[in-house]
Amino acid sequence: MTNPFFNRDVISIREFSKSDLEYLFKTADQIQTLQPNRRSSLADGRLLGVMFFEPSTRTRLSFEAAMLSIGGQTISIIEPKTSSTEKGENLHDTVKTVESYVDLIVLRHRMEGAARYAAQVAEKPVINGGSGSEEHPTQAMLDIYTILKERGTISDLKIALVGDLKYGRTVYSLLYGLANFNPRVFLVSPPELRLREEALSDLEGKINLSQHTDLEEIVSDLDVIYMTRIQKERFPDLVEYEKVRGTYVIDNQLLSKGREDLMVLHPLPRTTEIKPEVDSTPHAKYFNQTIYGKTVRAALISLILNKEI
Amino acid sequence: MSEEHLAVRRIREGTVIDHVAPGTALRVLSALGVTGQDGHIVTIAMNVPSDKLSKKDIVKIENRFLRADETNKIALISPSATVNIIRNFKVVEKRNVDLPEVLEGVFHCPNPTCISNSSEPLTPLLTVVSRSPPKLRCKYCTRVFKLEDLL
Repeated sequence: MTNPFFNRDVISIREFSKSDLEYLFKTADQIQTLQPNRRSSLADGRLLGVMFFEPSTRTRLSFEAAMLSIGGQTISIIEPKTSSTEKGENLHDTVKTVESYVDLIVLRHRMEGAARYAAQVAEKPVINGGSGSEEHPTQAMLDIYTILKERGTISDLKIALVGDLKYGRTVYSLLYGLANFNPRVFLVSPPELRLREEALSDLEGKINLSQHTDLEEIVSDLDVIYMTRIQKERFPDLVEYEKVRGTYVIDNQLLSKGREDLMVLHPLPRTTEIKPEVDSTPHAKYFNQTIYGKTVRAALISLILNKEI
Repeated sequence: MSEEHLAVRRIREGTVIDHVAPGTALRVLSALGVTGQDGHIVTIAMNVPSDKLSKKDIVKIENRFLRADETNKIALISPSATVNIIRNFKVVEKRNVDLPEVLEGVFHCPNPTCISNSSEPLTPLLTVVSRSPPKLRCKYCTRVFKLEDLL
């Protein structure tokens, strides 16, 4: 199979098929088995431009760590206040400038469509590192990779996506990605934070979905809980946020009603939605996700930069 | 003179939008950004008897000549509408409205956090995903909107 990622933008996970994703995951496995000198030649002499206009810990650091692990280097805008954005420079001009220095850009921005627009402006490939409440495709790639590595399959698994399904960009990318793998999905949220209508319509007939408000009622059926943070920063009205914060909390009492091999995932950061007591149980896989994230992103960058590995 | 011609007087210069779906004339004005603030005479007739539609609305805007990209907006609200450009009381151009697959620079994306609503040098672009009822998807944020969201 020809490398489907070579020289391509990664804006939405919808642009990639099941076989594309499997190709990525196979490459992620393969990269870990390479000799260190071979692995560090994959991005030798190449530069990743990291443009983060929203706060990030994991995504930015894992992209940077991934690039370094395959022999590349990075330059970054991580604090818009220290760049010309603070002087009023628009995204167009910032992207044109950064791309003149680098081989590849990863962009995080608070506005939906920002990565798509950056890809339109730039001739170099652009990876979407999170665009408002729209999508976060590389998070979904690593989420799916985590489930596959931990469970061996996704087909027929019962997966609950819980929390902020309206504004959570990881939820949208994950659902579009999961639609390739035939799981049974339970959407669990307060009524105010249900999945947006257009996504329900786009996913109709592509994935087996049902909507719920009570997690406890379905927990005994589940293979995976994908927990999300209710994102204060996306609420136009903080009164609405106060009404729904703390609606779902995962603790050992809830997990005792679930299966022994029930996996708990979270794109992180978490606040109060997963109690620290869960961290030491075999259910907790959210820190494994961060490890898989670096591997998947190293594979993705390698595939974008190299026609053959 | 037929009953419908009696309903609204003839105009010397401007645009007559005829065969507008009954009850939608105010939406047509809203889509065209016609507020009456510019001082031009605007006449509307709603639910006028019509042979073709049984009932129709008519919009007459004096001293304004509707461009094709403006016509596209009307196509979304009332696909049956016909546009007549009038000069010196005569129809010099008559055209049907035709809803294109893509509306570029016609409507702004209603999503306030879409990049197309920032100060970037880009033209908003919406793709028609459904004609009846009309639904459009923003090229940038990919959200889908109903007609009333756009007006």
